Amino acid sequence: MHSVVCIKQVPDSAQIRVHPVTNTIMRQGVPAIVNPYDLFALEEALRLRDQLGGRVTVISMGPTQAEVALRKALSLGADDAILVTDKAFAGADTLATSYALAAAIRQIGKELPVDLVFTGKQTIDGDTAQVGPGIARRMGLQLLTYVSRIVEVAPERREIVVERRAEGGVQVLQTRLPCLITMLEDSNRMRFGSLPDALRAARQEVRHWDKTAAGIEDVTKIGLKGSPTIVSKVFTPSPRAEKAEMIAIEDGSPADLAAALLGRIAARFPGVEKELAQRA
Amino acid sequence: MSEPTAPVKKKRKVVLDQRLQAYRGVWVYIEHERGRVHPVSLELLGEGRKLADTLGVELAGVVMAGVDAGAEARGYCQTAFEYGADLCYLMQSDVLGEYRNEPYTQGLTDLVNAYQPEILLLGATTLGRDLAGSVATTLNTGLTADCTELAIDPDDRSLLSTRPTFGGSLLCTIVTLNYRPQMATVRPRVMAMPESQPGRTGRIVEHGLLLAEADIVTKVLEFIADDRRDTPQLPFADIIVAGGRGLGKPENFQLIRDLAKVLGAEVGASRPVVQAGWVEADRQVGQSGKTVRPKLYIAAGISGAIQHRVGMEGADCIVAINNDPDAPIFEFAHFGIVGDVATILPALTEAFWVKLKRQASLPPQEEAA
Repeated sequence: MHSVVCIKQVPDSAQIRVHPVTNTIMRQGVPAIVNPYDLFALEEALRLRDQLGGRVTVISMGPTQAEVALRKALSLGADDAILVTDKAFAGADTLATSYALAAAIRQIGKELPVDLVFTGKQTIDGDTAQVGPGIARRMGLQLLTYVSRIVEVAPERREIVVERRAEGGVQVLQTRLPCLITMLEDSNRMRFGSLPDALRAARQEVRHWDKTAAGIEDVTKIGLKGSPTIVSKVFTPSPRAEKAEMIAIEDGSPADLAAALLGRIAARFPGVEKELAQRA
Repeated sequence: MSEPTAPVKKKRKVVLDQRLQAYRGVWVYIEHERGRVHPVSLELLGEGRKLADTLGVELAGVVMAGVDAGAEARGYCQTAFEYGADLCYLMQSDVLGEYRNEPYTQGLTDLVNAYQPEILLLGATTLGRDLAGSVATTLNTGLTADCTELAIDPDDRSLLSTRPTFGGSLLCTIVTLNYRPQMATVRPRVMAMPESQPGRTGRIVEHGLLLAEADIVTKVLEFIADDRRDTPQLPFADIIVAGGRGLGKPENFQLIRDLAKVLGAEVGASRPVVQAGWVEADRQVGQSGKTVRPKLYIAAGISGAIQHRVGMEGADCIVAINNDPDAPIFEFAHFGIVGDVATILPALTEAFWVKLKRQASLPPQEEAA
């Protein structure tokens, strides 16, 4: 089994702050991490390799700093890492990103045929969940999104059975290899990397592929030029016309505050009061 | 140090190719599940109606279903009419029985190519996101996920899709350039449910799908329906008590559960405490969790980042408890208490318990006839 796992380096969004006056993102000091959803994809690929043999290649598109994310994946046990990096990719939306990654995965396949492509469910910075489906479509792969469990892989029959989270239930799907899987969160538990892997990750080469090495055929389909969408403005939401009514009592106990709050809810929100009465 | 979030761009006028100018009309994909239309599709019809009226075009629903759905599929069209659609495109085929990416992608792509809508909206469900991403790639057009606001640019008819960005720290408006249709997904409960108009009708346009089961690689072996009793029904809960990092330590999350129990409420949480493992992921409220519209939302120890705000600002009444008087949540809550959540929550639980107990002991009030 040869699995390719797509990962993305993202800012740890839990730590992003917006400057209160200038409304700009304060990036300094915000650590870059591997998109947490991608780790479920990586772990699943590593498990399949451990069970069935084969290799796990991790790939990422981004600036040269994203090499750190790939080294992290190597330290967790991935065998090879490729960074797709070129100024020509800048400004890509999800359509242009999936074009570039699909081309690069095809190049990987020329070295060693690919059985499975994995992505996370979505990223925590873009939250679009569009790149996985985009890669599958461009490569003509069957698409299995929101997979919660891989039930069975039969490499000799070129078949795979998975459980997929659907609306109102779980679909058990059978399809043919190669295919693309987007893994659901909490579908597994990421392993701790081993010491030998940590040592290997520190010195192993992370290959950098520019647009030529990545096999890009049509440069009008990458970067800003290949992106049908643009961001026309970025802003903070306007505060409500009226701010919160603050409940405060001088020297009041928590019980006094609670009682005051209940009184004010009853006075201003009869709908809530009615709802509460139904629960009495 | 800070840097601008994006270069300030001059407003870019979108000039469409002649071919793309023919694209007209607003479409809503009508998702259905076990015999009923998904609420998000009805919410989208309400929003789509406004867009269609602004543009002066028709609003269409798209219904795709198995042949065995028979009359049920026409029933979905009728529901769409009652929620604002002027017409429905109906595609029925043996291969559309259970949702699968391949036949649904081909079917929806065929419909778009045949009837050329300028806007196509889908619910951001597991089905809608799976389908939208594949269809947009096939059509080589723009798709904006998880929009919180949709509007029309009066200058050039283009769709302005607003969504949170930078992990929910800011909002951004996205436009699609010289590509059509303009596609967007919206999460359940983000848009208000429109009033239904019983008896309102429209026309049905049937369209076939040239695809046989033998052509389709992926097979559905089984569908295991969820046990509804086990899964939190956050999106449709009327009262929610939610906790965040301001609770201080994981043990304090019990205070949230205690208050929720007294109120018969669902428990919610902000992203940081879910990521820290204090509470299960399906309790998360916000851009990367669930969107809710309860009557009462009590947020304890939640600062109110945009990522959380977009998931709950549709609540009728928001109560915020936080020890930081400058927390952004006080900008949009209805009531605020500044103080230690660990002492205020138990007091609130007690007060609600007493109130509900007293109400229960009163004789039922006679409704005025």
